[in-house]
Amino acid sequence: MQAGFGIRGSGFAEEISLGICSANPESLTPNPACIAIIDKRMTKDPIYRAFIRDTLALAEVELRKLARDPVEILTRAIQPALWLLVFGQVMARLKAIPTDNMTYLTFMAPGILAQSVLFIAIFYGINVIWERDLGILQKLMATPAPRSALVLGKALSAGVRGTSQAVIIYLLALMLGIPIRFQVGAILGVVGFVLLGSALFSTFSLAVACVVKTRERFMGIGQVLTMPLFFASNAIYPLAIMPAWLRALARVNPLSYQVDALRTLMVQGGQSMFGLGTDVAVHLVVLTVLVLLTARLYPNVVR
Amino acid sequence: MRTAAQVGRKPAAIGGARTEAGVIQSNEAMDTDRKTRTDSDAAARDGASAPNMSAVEAVGLTRRFGTLTAVDNLTLSVPAGSIFGLLGPNGAGKTTTIKMLTTMLPPSAGMARVSGFDVVRQPVEVRRRMGYVSQMLSADGALTGYENLLLFARLYAIPRPLRRLRILEALEFMALSESQNVMVRNYSGGMIRRLEIAQSMLHRPAVLFLDEPTVGLDPVARRAVWEHLRGLRDNFGATILMTTHDMEEADELSETIAIMHLSRVVAIGSPESLKAQVGPDASLDDVFVHYAGGLIEQGGRYSDVASLRRTVRRLG
Repeated sequence: MQAGFGIRGSGFAEEISLGICSANPESLTPNPACIAIIDKRMTKDPIYRAFIRDTLALAEVELRKLARDPVEILTRAIQPALWLLVFGQVMARLKAIPTDNMTYLTFMAPGILAQSVLFIAIFYGINVIWERDLGILQKLMATPAPRSALVLGKALSAGVRGTSQAVIIYLLALMLGIPIRFQVGAILGVVGFVLLGSALFSTFSLAVACVVKTRERFMGIGQVLTMPLFFASNAIYPLAIMPAWLRALARVNPLSYQVDALRTLMVQGGQSMFGLGTDVAVHLVVLTVLVLLTARLYPNVVR
Repeated sequence: MRTAAQVGRKPAAIGGARTEAGVIQSNEAMDTDRKTRTDSDAAARDGASAPNMSAVEAVGLTRRFGTLTAVDNLTLSVPAGSIFGLLGPNGAGKTTTIKMLTTMLPPSAGMARVSGFDVVRQPVEVRRRMGYVSQMLSADGALTGYENLLLFARLYAIPRPLRRLRILEALEFMALSESQNVMVRNYSGGMIRRLEIAQSMLHRPAVLFLDEPTVGLDPVARRAVWEHLRGLRDNFGATILMTTHDMEEADELSETIAIMHLSRVVAIGSPESLKAQVGPDASLDDVFVHYAGGLIEQGGRYSDVASLRRTVRRLG
């Protein structure tokens, strides 16, 4: 009987067949040297490698599921379509909002992409409550995977969904004749920012879920958070026309930096207000802080 | 050739049964193996190599939620390679105990070790060496059986060249090879449970924790799960600690049973010795009535449990 990893008997066959280990021909008891190899491989698992591997493993699962069930992508396309086709078209006629050198629709399209990213991500935290109720979370928490990888894995999964939204909004924008920047670098930049933004807001959402712990409370809070984040940003009107207090709020709202980057990279004539470097930095810093915070809060959910 | 000899054996029981000849023998066998491992593993630190080490050990383990004591001063020791049943009505504190042993919930007092590692101070080491199957059927229905296993093979840090082999082996062992590429949402309850046990054995855990492994399964599926759990112990040497409120399951599967009632362990021993203490023809039901003062069904109506769990969730 093994006190350690319990490698013995027939359970050891594949290590032998791989040639990693050789069995003692006298008995079924495995070669101790071989146990040492397996032990070492599994216990000397550097944290950074575990972090990256586990994060990607969780995100990949999400990608598979999304690819199999694309209905969700289509239903989620309805809301941004309404914003662009109805709200956008009407506001564009008013010509009430100064948008410098671009049409209002061009100005607004990246804002609506940012909005989709926000709306998907901000309710993403409910997944963790679901998974807790289904017992999935407990099972994940029982693995040696770093908690931060569980959090970032979820966050990247939200990013996968956010990216699928970007595809939809590009298509809508093309239909509306919005001048899109089709350089490879610009498109990759949009994907990168959508991933970062989705990760950031979904991690925020996970943190909220870890605190409130029930679906009902979470839905309530989710509603309360979404609109202020959206309206206190430069998504559908520029910072310049805001009253000073709102502008101050918008400047500390990460969504403004998401919009700024998307506006620069997605449409022709877009100019960054903060600079893309600042946009990246804000995203990375806020995301890192949120991931670390949420990793600490995560165990609360299963208690 | 120890493997074959151990099939169907009921080894060590703690509490009063230690003097049986078979028990001593199996303890010796364990010591020999442990030595092998100690020699081979320079990282046998923190008392993991201490003689007579139990796979799971708890001393004075206590968990309070506000004024409610969910687990009160629990002390137990599970010999390596045995199947241990934590038996009790709903709300007795079984799940809270499992949560503490699996590092999900810090104890309010007391200590616990799993495979020689402290659950509070070395949680990651504990998690590397344990498997956990939750009460709920929690495999991902939107993925195939194989994909469910692949995710956990990665999370358990199984080296890449071993992953596929381990997964195929686990599928075969749990009699799921045929349906490995079927979406899990099309599995039966028994198949999902077997898949979850497969998920938890990929990394060859020293200790496997199961929370009510056969609750909600039909009798045939239940038997199949029992057979597989026994096979898991016999072929991979895993120690199994499971909670159950099913007398038959506890009697059938466990070498040692701890009866929990109102947050405390009220009796501990092999099913035979527990029955013998109560009377010559006593069943495990009689044992339970004797220690808990009522039938298992009478303890903890569903609404009580639900409200207790709500309290726990709110306070925890």
